[in-house]
Amino acid sequence: MPKIKMPKGTPSIDMTPMVDLAFLLVTFFMLTASFRNAEPVTVETPSSISDKIIPENVLMVTLDKDGRVFFNLSDAEARKEMLNSMLQKYKIGLSEEKIEEFSFMSTFGCTMQELPAYMNTEAAKRASFPTKGIPTDSTKNELLDWLSYAATAAGNTGRTAFEEAKLKGGEPKMEDFKPKFILRVDSKTLYKDAQVVIDVFRELNLNNLNFVTSAEAIPVN
Amino acid sequence: MAQIAESGGGDHGKGKKRAKKGSTHVDMTPMVDLAFLLLTFFVLTSTFSKPKVLPLNYPAKPKDENVDAPKANNVATFILSDDKVYYYLGEFYSKSRPGKNGSTELSEANFGSGENSVRKLLASWNEYVIRNKVELDKKLDSKQIADTTYDRKLNDLTVRREAVKVLIKTDDKALCKSFIDLVDELKIASVGVIAPTDLSAGEKELLKEKN
Repeated sequence: MPKIKMPKGTPSIDMTPMVDLAFLLVTFFMLTASFRNAEPVTVETPSSISDKIIPENVLMVTLDKDGRVFFNLSDAEARKEMLNSMLQKYKIGLSEEKIEEFSFMSTFGCTMQELPAYMNTEAAKRASFPTKGIPTDSTKNELLDWLSYAATAAGNTGRTAFEEAKLKGGEPKMEDFKPKFILRVDSKTLYKDAQVVIDVFRELNLNNLNFVTSAEAIPVN
Repeated sequence: MAQIAESGGGDHGKGKKRAKKGSTHVDMTPMVDLAFLLLTFFVLTSTFSKPKVLPLNYPAKPKDENVDAPKANNVATFILSDDKVYYYLGEFYSKSRPGKNGSTELSEANFGSGENSVRKLLASWNEYVIRNKVELDKKLDSKQIADTTYDRKLNDLTVRREAVKVLIKTDDKALCKSFIDLVDELKIASVGVIAPTDLSAGEKELLKEKN
């Protein structure tokens, strides 16, 4: 029997296609990934079959499972306007720098009294800032003020965006630029707590609310 | 380079000493390591499904608190308490003032898909709308009607006499999850008129008996 010849040289694998693929995937994920902003609360939303994607210009009230209220306005320009109105109303001073920083933050939740301290906390530590959230009691309803200023401010920026889109051509619908009102509740939040917030919305005559939900498959009969 | 390194150096016989052949290979291993590290990072951190929203229109706040809600026919009332859901059909009749069919009794339902589930109940109550909606869907699919017409027709359908209207009432212990689940079921059954309202005193009493 002839001897089996062992192949000379070194075994080598061409890694180029694998590397190509790896980089292709990296590029894909880098470009598609959208990073979540740091949120002061984690909320586990219930699921629904709705397939409506969360709109752009939103006022979002978040309720965590203890019923604490947090607020977020998506538009930076409108946030500034809202904050200035709030500071004026509650006669609280805040440096220009901090107002600028506030306009680029996301969800926040504290009383107006706590706001300067909240803003002076390091960004990373704000999540553990001891607060009971935005007060909604009938005697000191700060949420009502936030919402009413936010609705006005977001309405203004929405209108400007609409005018701009109109100038660019096309036929934009005003409906798409109007601020939407979003309620994000945790599965374990008591509905009673959500109702307090809903009543604040209704007080301002904002009756079209949207609940944030995670997607769920539509049942096939 | 995915090659096992040759033992370098060794004395290979007596041949002339040649200048070492310059290897054209670049060691790619660190780059590949990095690429996969980044890949893993992005795969694990990226969120694909953007959160969705479930729209719900609340009734406007009445200017006068004492005005009774307008009476509608074909109304179903769901009452949420804790993680349980109860329902009754039609108007509410207390024990002291029973209607034609006696006083109102609460029946329990669940969020499954089997017997006594909210889905089955709604499918039978709202059969008229669901049946007509299938026809509308067909028309929309075959492009016989535009989607604005579709929306309008569907809206018309859900406010008709035959369509069921739903009141949602919650007690202090009800969780948001059951509320959203219920609204979701109503959307599945294409119920168009949904009104979250407060519990009446009579209903509170019935609920107390149940618990």
